[in-house]
Amino acid sequence: MVMTPTAYYPTTNIKTSSWRTSKPVIDYSKCTRCMICWKFCPDVAIDINENPDYEAPADRIKKMEAPFIDYDHCKGCGICANECPFDAIEMVREGEDK
Amino acid sequence: MYEIRFHGRGGQGAVTASKMLAMAAFKENKWVTTFPFYGTERRGAPVTAFTRIDNVKIELRSQIYEPDAVILLDKSLLKLVNVTEGLKPHGLVLINGKQGDFESNNGFKVAYVDATSIALKNHLGDPSHPIVNTAILGAFSKVSGIVSVDSMKSAVRDISPSKINENVNAIEEAYEEVEVV
Amino acid sequence: MKAQNVTREIMTGNEAVATGVKLARVKFISAYPITPQTAIVEKLAEMVANNKINAKFIEVESEHSAMASTMTSEMTGIRSFTASSSHGVLYMHEMLHWVAGSRLPVLMAVVNRAIGPPWNIWADQTDSITQRDTGWMQVYCESNQEAMDSILLGYKVAENKNVMLPIMSMQDAFTLSHTSEPVIIRDESDAYDYIGDLNLPFSIDLKNPLGYGSLMPPDGPFMELKKDMRDSMYRAIEVVKEETKKFNEKFNADFPGLIENFMMEDADYALITMGSMSSTGKYTVRKLREKGMKVGLIRILFYRPFPAEEILKSIKGLKGLGVLDRSITFGQRGAVYEDVVTSLYNKTDIPIKNYVIGLGGRDIRVKDYEKMYEGLMEGEDSMEWINVGGK
Repeated sequence: MVMTPTAYYPTTNIKTSSWRTSKPVIDYSKCTRCMICWKFCPDVAIDINENPDYEAPADRIKKMEAPFIDYDHCKGCGICANECPFDAIEMVREGEDK
Repeated sequence: MYEIRFHGRGGQGAVTASKMLAMAAFKENKWVTTFPFYGTERRGAPVTAFTRIDNVKIELRSQIYEPDAVILLDKSLLKLVNVTEGLKPHGLVLINGKQGDFESNNGFKVAYVDATSIALKNHLGDPSHPIVNTAILGAFSKVSGIVSVDSMKSAVRDISPSKINENVNAIEEAYEEVEVV
Repeated sequence: MKAQNVTREIMTGNEAVATGVKLARVKFISAYPITPQTAIVEKLAEMVANNKINAKFIEVESEHSAMASTMTSEMTGIRSFTASSSHGVLYMHEMLHWVAGSRLPVLMAVVNRAIGPPWNIWADQTDSITQRDTGWMQVYCESNQEAMDSILLGYKVAENKNVMLPIMSMQDAFTLSHTSEPVIIRDESDAYDYIGDLNLPFSIDLKNPLGYGSLMPPDGPFMELKKDMRDSMYRAIEVVKEETKKFNEKFNADFPGLIENFMMEDADYALITMGSMSSTGKYTVRKLREKGMKVGLIRILFYRPFPAEEILKSIKGLKGLGVLDRSITFGQRGAVYEDVVTSLYNKTDIPIKNYVIGLGGRDIRVKDYEKMYEGLMEGEDSMEWINVGGK
């Protein structure tokens, strides 16, 4: 048996959330489910909830699949908040809950 | 020889702080070495920096295992890092924060300064990324007595890329406000 | 004449190298960035932009091109420089052979960083050690002062008409490259006085076109060319000694030369080291001497050419010797160890131990040195890995 430079566990097990100093918070009352945040996230830290039970800006949107932040892996880069065309994402400093 | 370890996050100025402290001691004709230990170079990642100060040429190049003082620029690191690891008995712990942020009964000398508020008051950085290094150095010169506040101000004048007056102000305010427990 | 404009400043190893390049009046710089060398190139680019150095700076897409362009620039008779580290040095490997074989006195700064996998950015000398076969001279710096001075002295040795071989100057990653310490900045005009201009006898001349490095069959002087490289490399031993003397006189400096003997006069046991780890070794020697142990340290600066005579002189009277290798080459023993033992073959009876230490940036501590010195007293010659597996 030899030693190899391989990680013997899925890298998703590593929580990279400790790296961030602020985190994105989605205001679902503004979120139109356009998924631009999900597309732009460089860390694949935004997932899709296919049966969401969140607020929505209109009834017809309520049942649509919605983005949600994977806070175990989000590093707080802020690209999602920057790209959201509806200003539905706010960067909140860690430790200050809104 | 006096050894100081800085703990901060990438982008907060921990590495610059260690250099400014070295420069201040250098101006007092000390020999200094200062170096960072990077995890990986990115904003927000925990960063450790080391400064050694001595009256003679420093030959030790290993990391600092038994510092005389530790300086903590970001108290959120208390959950992630054992900031007082190896700290000498009766060593100094200087924290950007307030009384109660750090629990210790190891006989360390603990000091607090609200460097974040001082930095923001002097428009150094912004609320999500305050630049607390000059404030914390002002506090350090008071509680450690290792370098004079004048040398510290002079070093900061040399090294600060901008906002020199604001940085010097931050040093002075922190010098006054730092409290030893 | 005492220098007029000498200042003492705190600077990192990378800044010291860039300053050395400026003092050496380098006229061409081409490099590709790689942690932890990036600041050398950034500082030089800044100096070129601010007209602090009169040089042409070109960006290339890889280290192979960096060495190719540095080489061809040198061929036109201009002092040229590049810098790299780790995989960047490996990437330019074939060009290293080509530069040395072309007898071009290029100087490259190498920030010693580990080779992956796994990916590692910290101090480890495997990158330059694995290039010891290329015909390049090698000097390992212990301090930022040496990082700066080695550039001036390095070019002078390389450009000597009886040497004409390229040279690489090494600084350990982070422990020198990113460590700030006081450095004396040599006076600019004294530096120019010392180094002068490059005078390359066979530089490219449009009026007198020549062929460079083309086909050479077995009955052509292929072997003679290689022998001349080897002879020139070992003539450099005397050249280093002369240049060290001249350098120290000119700058009132104390550059040690080929090797440095630290507390060796009455030593019973000694370790041979290279690079920044030597400083911690000296600290430990002092500490052990206070306890009455008669120990010393031999620091190799020039690894190529290998200073066999000097080491033979230094080990007189020793009861035991150890050689540190901060690299891994998968030979029977470490690289520096093999060179030491070859040099001392049939000339000494003392047991010589090999220590492998500090790979991948693993910190080299006072207690590691204490363990190594104690190990020498056991009187055997094994290979031991220090601070491995939690020991």
